[in-house]
Amino acid sequence: MTAEAHEDFTHHVRRYLYVFYALLFGTLVTVGASYIPFGHHSVNIAVALVIACGKAFLVAGFFMHLISERKMIYGLLAFTACFFLGLMFLTLSAYGDFPRMTVTH
Amino acid sequence: MDIPYTVEPRPDTGLYNAKVGIWLFLASEVMLFGALFSSYILLRVGAPEGYWPRGWLNVPVGTINTLVLITSSITTVMAWAACKMHQFGRFKVFHACTLLLAMTFVCIKSYEYHDKFMHYEITLTDGRIADGHIVSNDPKADHVVISGRYVTDRKDLYDLEERKPPHHHEEITIPRSQIEKMERYGPWHNTYLAIYFTLTGLHALHVIGGAIVIGFLWGPGSKMWETDPERFTNRVEISGLFWHFVDLVWIFLFPVLYLI
Repeated sequence: MTAEAHEDFTHHVRRYLYVFYALLFGTLVTVGASYIPFGHHSVNIAVALVIACGKAFLVAGFFMHLISERKMIYGLLAFTACFFLGLMFLTLSAYGDFPRMTVTH
Repeated sequence: MDIPYTVEPRPDTGLYNAKVGIWLFLASEVMLFGALFSSYILLRVGAPEGYWPRGWLNVPVGTINTLVLITSSITTVMAWAACKMHQFGRFKVFHACTLLLAMTFVCIKSYEYHDKFMHYEITLTDGRIADGHIVSNDPKADHVVISGRYVTDRKDLYDLEERKPPHHHEEITIPRSQIEKMERYGPWHNTYLAIYFTLTGLHALHVIGGAIVIGFLWGPGSKMWETDPERFTNRVEISGLFWHFVDLVWIFLFPVLYLI
């Protein structure tokens, strides 16, 4: 490894550390936010999920190098995202869709 | 015969084969956990008002486990970076830390499971419910002892966050003749615990599986460093991608199960 490449890698390592600190901070914020009464419980759910999405972006983007990955991986993940969203859509559409005569308490 | 494209990228994909393989595998994993998350959503929105448990899990313990897993992610990526910089000694140190952190995570999870399996809901013949951790359950004795409390409405057992003031646990002796039903807080107890044990159990199996692979690369598998360091580095990267995915799943599991 050349000195230049080594220096470049050291820069990457520093970035990993910053991401690590951000993840630790994000975890503490998630826990702290869960104790704040935002008025409606659904707001607490939304806040927790938004923070979780931010943390997931940091892990996937930097630790898993998705921020600078090949097109093929992006294509593969785009397919996965479509199927995942389809699954969630099915979940939502199933909500409230009970067969006739179902006892719902 | 040599396996092709273990180090050099395949011309059509621009990637070495194992990387394409692990991403395909992770895509299937997204769907596996996605299906369980959608089950969670259906169970939660389908629960009768006031009957979805809140505050049943220990948040400080869950937070510590989250921090443990995040720390294991940075040691994993550092181990790979050490390989890239040809610092095999540092790789060994970082991956040893990853293994220790993985074991810590599993130990803490086991403690949480043990806590749930020691927790009982006991319905008495007079309609009251005794709820708490078992202190004594000798089959020869004519009574059981728990550290807990009595409730008259089952709903009082569900939302522990809203209940004020904080309840006090006391030692309660219950004659067996007064017990109508006695059940642990296992996965069979209710839908919340069923999905909790399914999601966290499957996740814990992934942690154990990942730790076995990382342990192999740290131990006997590390001999490859002497013969083919680039291929070894790619193996470390692949195992790392799996490990980060396991971390990523926990990032969602933690707030969903413990906090909201």
